[in-house]
Amino acid sequence: MSMKIPLVPENLKPLPRLKENEGMLSWVASVDHKQIGIMYLISTLVFFIIGGLEALVIRIQLAQPEFDFISPEVYNQMFTMHGTTMIFFVVMPFLIGLGVYLVPLMIGARDMAFPRLNALSFWLVIFGGILLYYSFLTQSGPSEVGWFAYAPLSEKPFSLNKGPTYWALGLLATGISSVASGLNNIVTILTMRAKGMTMRRLPLFVWMILVTSFLLVFVIPIIASAFAMMLLDRLLEATFFTPAHGGSAILWQHFFWGFGHPEVYILVLPAFGIISEVIPVFSRKPIFGYSFVAGSTVAIGLLSLGVWAHHMFAVGLGNVANLYFSLASMLIAIPTGVKVLNWVATMWGGKIWFATPMLFATAFIIEFVIAGLTGVAVASVPIDWVVTDSYFVVAHFHYALFGGSLFAIFAGIYYWFPKMTGRMMSETLGKWHFWLTVIGFNMTFFIQHFLGVMGMPRRTYTYHDFPYWGSMNLISTIGAIILALSVIVFAWNIRRSLKHGEKAPDNPWNAWTLEWYTTSPPAVHNFDLVPPVRGRRPLWDLAHPDQLDEPNSKVV
Amino acid sequence: MANNKMLVGFFVASESIFFVMLILAYVNFHGTVTDGPTAVNSLDPLRTGIFSLFLLASSFTVWLAGRSLSTKNHFMLKIWLFVTIILGALFIYGQATEWFGLFAQNITISRNVFGTTFFTLTGFHGFHVCVGLLMLSILLVLAMFGDFKGPKSDGVECVSIYWHFVDGVWIVVYSVIYLWAFF
Ligand SMILES: [Cu+2]
Repeated sequence: MSMKIPLVPENLKPLPRLKENEGMLSWVASVDHKQIGIMYLISTLVFFIIGGLEALVIRIQLAQPEFDFISPEVYNQMFTMHGTTMIFFVVMPFLIGLGVYLVPLMIGARDMAFPRLNALSFWLVIFGGILLYYSFLTQSGPSEVGWFAYAPLSEKPFSLNKGPTYWALGLLATGISSVASGLNNIVTILTMRAKGMTMRRLPLFVWMILVTSFLLVFVIPIIASAFAMMLLDRLLEATFFTPAHGGSAILWQHFFWGFGHPEVYILVLPAFGIISEVIPVFSRKPIFGYSFVAGSTVAIGLLSLGVWAHHMFAVGLGNVANLYFSLASMLIAIPTGVKVLNWVATMWGGKIWFATPMLFATAFIIEFVIAGLTGVAVASVPIDWVVTDSYFVVAHFHYALFGGSLFAIFAGIYYWFPKMTGRMMSETLGKWHFWLTVIGFNMTFFIQHFLGVMGMPRRTYTYHDFPYWGSMNLISTIGAIILALSVIVFAWNIRRSLKHGEKAPDNPWNAWTLEWYTTSPPAVHNFDLVPPVRGRRPLWDLAHPDQLDEPNSKVV
Repeated sequence: MANNKMLVGFFVASESIFFVMLILAYVNFHGTVTDGPTAVNSLDPLRTGIFSLFLLASSFTVWLAGRSLSTKNHFMLKIWLFVTIILGALFIYGQATEWFGLFAQNITISRNVFGTTFFTLTGFHGFHVCVGLLMLSILLVLAMFGDFKGPKSDGVECVSIYWHFVDGVWIVVYSVIYLWAFF
């Protein structure tokens, strides 16, 4: 064999080496939590735009009665992919990614406990997203069975296309990723805190990530097993969820919602964490009732495990089960209400500074309270029987996930963008983004409460020209277009600020948690020196040694 | 570092929920089959019970392997790892022959809801045993290259936690499928 002929021609330029800090490879091969965190945020932004376009297609189709902008099949594919994308590829990975970026900084650590596992988690999300969207290339397109894929509709012979198979495979991949991030977070938070950072001094965002991580570790396996069973049904003709062959369609509902309800808290607890960081800083007061905020989170996490069947009142589980699940669900309103009171009490009498992060945080409280009120309403069995599977429910959960999670996400982006990039975002564009979002969001979804009560079912391709239905749907669609405008303003703000934004100081908001101690953006090794942690607000203690939060605390 | 063991501990806890769901599916359909194969008319609890003893014994031998390492007895570490792998492989052999025996009677995952739940549950467990065997084999190879100096090794301890878990799951699975059907 001749050794002189190389199998691969020599590169003119030498290949980039892993040690280099620049270029694509330094990102793709990175195990640094900050780079991985930023990659999470960028990819969720891409998925957000895709999911948003799908929503826009839905709203255009519904803009007027008997419209045929798209075919019924495509309509079904749009709402399935919209829901799946927004939940599993936008809100979840965004919050996990923000946690990956912030948790080590907030607890004064160099990185996550398992940096390579962290990279695996991120790339599994991307892999899952590709699997999910690959179904667009199959013969009959993506799944058409909705984001909760009820059996037997999602089974053969009702769904003979490959869509639901890719759907389940993609979500299984992201599920494994979520468990891995949950495990990584738990070990990081429990073992890698800086000296003096006791659990009672942990930033509330980190507390929320910790509780969320426990939910991920113990709840994702529920749906992973259900996905495995669904795939066995579809690929090997097993009979788990096919009543015609002795299986049980209701079992799928139990398994799905056993995961699905805690999932709501996976999507919203880290959002509570963002709000609990932003509101005190912009009210210039420490959080009111720190232990209540942390404790009520643990309570919410535990309660969320036992209420899943409130999604199944229409099944007919019997009065005893309905009564239990109804009351248990209403119970969750208590710890959630406690949190709202804490935030309002923190703002009360504070020197409130309505910069864009605080605008979104304040709006979050209002929109989320609306979601809570309609949530308590549908937790009541008779009301649920009237409005189940109607636009009332669509309005309810969009107030929770958009008015809740997404408003908090926007607050978080405006708040931490200077830290991540070293540049401030434009306040003018930020305010435009905020007001367009508030107007567009409420215009799109508030009216859907009424449409639902008037009997408009969700997931219908079109509707008859009943009195007011056409005009109310048109208002909702115009709202959605305003929302699309707001996203363009937001994307423009990010792009513009990245290039021409004002240079950000280390601590532009005068905040108190450790991430603001290091440079903006942080050095590769995060901190040259972690300051002593003597209370819940280390940077306050550092600046005011005579007014310590915990006057008798010693420097460890 | 204690980090690695904490990670494996929580991972195993997460995995148990996965198995709890598979077991719940099995329990949910227990007794609903009126026609065709069931646990009572197609399984042999004694034969599987004997193969289960191999798996139980392997939990003991992996513990002995860890103890040998802590006394820096590297020769016995290799011996006990090897014995653990053999015992685990014997269990898998038992599972495989049981499966092929059922296939020969046309009892498959698609035959009825007993077949579905039985093959899914034992299949996922068998898969976990195979993953454990792979990890034990890696440990054995590393031990033969003299990688473990002792007295402590996170690698050995983490694989051992996982192996005990796989063993524990089997005790529950065997009780639910075989003992519940026959006693
Ligand atoms: Cu729920």
